[in-house]
Amino acid sequence: MASMARYATSFGGETYRFDDLKSVLACASARRSGDELAGLAAESDAQRVAARAVLADLPLTTFLNEALIPYEADEVTRLVLDSHDAEAFAPVSHLTVGGLRDWLLGYEADSVALRALAPGLTPEMVAAVCKLMRNQDLIAVARKCEVITKFRNTLGLPGRLATRLQPNHPTDDLRGIAASTLDGLLYGTGDAVIGINPATDNVPNCLALLEMLDGLRQRYEIPTQTCVLTHVTNAIEVMNRGGAMDLVFQSIAGSEAANAGFGINLGILQEARAAALALGRGTAGQDVMYFETGQGAALSAEAHFGIDQQTIEARAYAVARAFKPLLVNTVVGFIGPEYLYDGKQIIRAGLEDHFCGKLLGVPMGCDVCYTNHAEADQDDMDTLMTLLTAAGVTFVITVPGADDVMLNYQSLSYHDLLYLRSTFGVKPAPEFEIWLEKMDMVDRAGRMRMAGPQNKMLQRLISAAAA
Amino acid sequence: MPLPPELDPWSKLRATTRARIGLGRVGDAMPIKDVLEFQLAHAKARDAVHTRLDTAPLKAAIQGEVIEVRSAADSREIYLRRPDLGRQLHLDCEALLEPGDYDAVFVIADGLSATAVSLNAVPMLKAALTRLHDLKIAPVVIATQGRVAIGDDIGERLGAKLCVMLIGERPGLSVAESLGIYLTYNPKRGTRDSARNCISNIHGKGGLSYEVAADTLAWLMRESLRRKLTGVDLKEEALLAAPIAQALAID
Repeated sequence: MASMARYATSFGGETYRFDDLKSVLACASARRSGDELAGLAAESDAQRVAARAVLADLPLTTFLNEALIPYEADEVTRLVLDSHDAEAFAPVSHLTVGGLRDWLLGYEADSVALRALAPGLTPEMVAAVCKLMRNQDLIAVARKCEVITKFRNTLGLPGRLATRLQPNHPTDDLRGIAASTLDGLLYGTGDAVIGINPATDNVPNCLALLEMLDGLRQRYEIPTQTCVLTHVTNAIEVMNRGGAMDLVFQSIAGSEAANAGFGINLGILQEARAAALALGRGTAGQDVMYFETGQGAALSAEAHFGIDQQTIEARAYAVARAFKPLLVNTVVGFIGPEYLYDGKQIIRAGLEDHFCGKLLGVPMGCDVCYTNHAEADQDDMDTLMTLLTAAGVTFVITVPGADDVMLNYQSLSYHDLLYLRSTFGVKPAPEFEIWLEKMDMVDRAGRMRMAGPQNKMLQRLISAAAA
Repeated sequence: MPLPPELDPWSKLRATTRARIGLGRVGDAMPIKDVLEFQLAHAKARDAVHTRLDTAPLKAAIQGEVIEVRSAADSREIYLRRPDLGRQLHLDCEALLEPGDYDAVFVIADGLSATAVSLNAVPMLKAALTRLHDLKIAPVVIATQGRVAIGDDIGERLGAKLCVMLIGERPGLSVAESLGIYLTYNPKRGTRDSARNCISNIHGKGGLSYEVAADTLAWLMRESLRRKLTGVDLKEEALLAAPIAQALAID
């Protein structure tokens, strides 16, 4: 077969052969435990580089002609190929994967050019080029991508870094959640969303949590959106019952079968989005969807079809972009060491996911995080959040003291946001920035005021919450 | 320096949550006291992950017939890197599970926290069993180096209509002993996670109590047997129940 010749290279006097396109992609990926678990990883470092050499010479059109999961068998493949914009693809259609890497790094690939290109790229192209890029390339190109979305404020503007305030509580105690929320607001977090992962994921509980969050938002006239991260089928039921639902949340993955593992399909996402649009709750815009993803999700659902975890993750962003989301984030270190073993792998994956999402036109954020069974710690999180902010990440997730007491993992702290704001000069969403000033929570130097006893305004807020 | 409680505006709010709220600030950073407390908690959580489950006291406390099995993951290190092996019953253990006429089997697995299982599995089991006198319950199975899906294999071999998996959840910084329950109707190897219902955060440090969790579990089990399913389709209206596992499942 011709394919044997297509996927082989001579490298340093040795010939390397790869069975198929999937295997080239998998072997070209930076080393990670998930691909090793799946039996897809390169067997040696030299084979990894050889796979990259094969990939670099591959025409981008290969990915339009050769589906990694058959068109007939997978609605994500159908979505990707049916919605491919040939006109947008035209500027790079003659290029190889290596040629695209160089094109992306060129000065002419500015934010306007990259935005125009996005609908012409498939997730497989983006995943492929990602494998040829060093961390600095991923940062440099992602930084040039501008993806702006709106609901009650404007996210993704240059020089801005938004945050999800995540006030989770192990028993969904309303006062406990309110306390964590107030704490976060006093650090100026929460402009991307105030979003709770419910410990108890059912409709009545979701309604109660949404009512509390919406009441808080209205009382202080906070220009942000709130969300309870319940399953999309619950969200539909909540909307049927008149719940205060700003955003519809769902975890998504890069194959129809993996999405089935989450209990969803494209049709149900469409139904939920239509219901949320009908509520018309947005004031700045009507981007009503919020998605989470993460490398390893497809493999853990045994629905990866022999595709490496970085590539199938990028396919999840194609799912996301079809629904015009306000927010998307990879929960990069959450899934555990069997997929991303240590700090080095988590950091690389965070940069990859952010790059791939942005290049596809998705408003990409990141939950910079790790679990207690991974070989990682807060120093690794410092590194990743610093790199992602340099890369222009849309938002990060923050929890009190970096410790999520419900999901039992470590994310970023409210303090970490202050560090990122001072170090990089990044600001919150403009509407939220104005609100912080109006509430007198910011001092003359633009810093968040300390919530100590000397500060009467903040004292009042805290006492009101405790009453 | 920490403020005296009468001056600390956070003192009342701290009673509402274990979350690290109202920490001080040094410039933009956390004070060193909080940094070191965090590092100690992380160190302890990592230790909990690597602790071995001592099954002898569990068996003694259960006071009934117990079958002890292990997964195909032979060590903790392999268990952490190879979840597929943690989901498989070890070949040597297959013969220990004989089919019977059971409504449910309770499986206790170490998961990611043996501490959680040592402290909470037996009281949780007993709270559940007192609510299930009318059901035919199989002998309790203890599975070491086990993940949630090892219960599918166990339930299938025993011929149980329901598998109730009591498993140690991934340790957090403030709680390293949280127990989770996964309920699966018609357990079979290859069952999808979306076909399970989950009750999580069961522990004595402000988590869900045994009694509340047992009420929810008993309700879910009866509803499941009646409707012949578990998972996203089993919606429930009981306020304190928890049907769907968090999206990126903890197993």
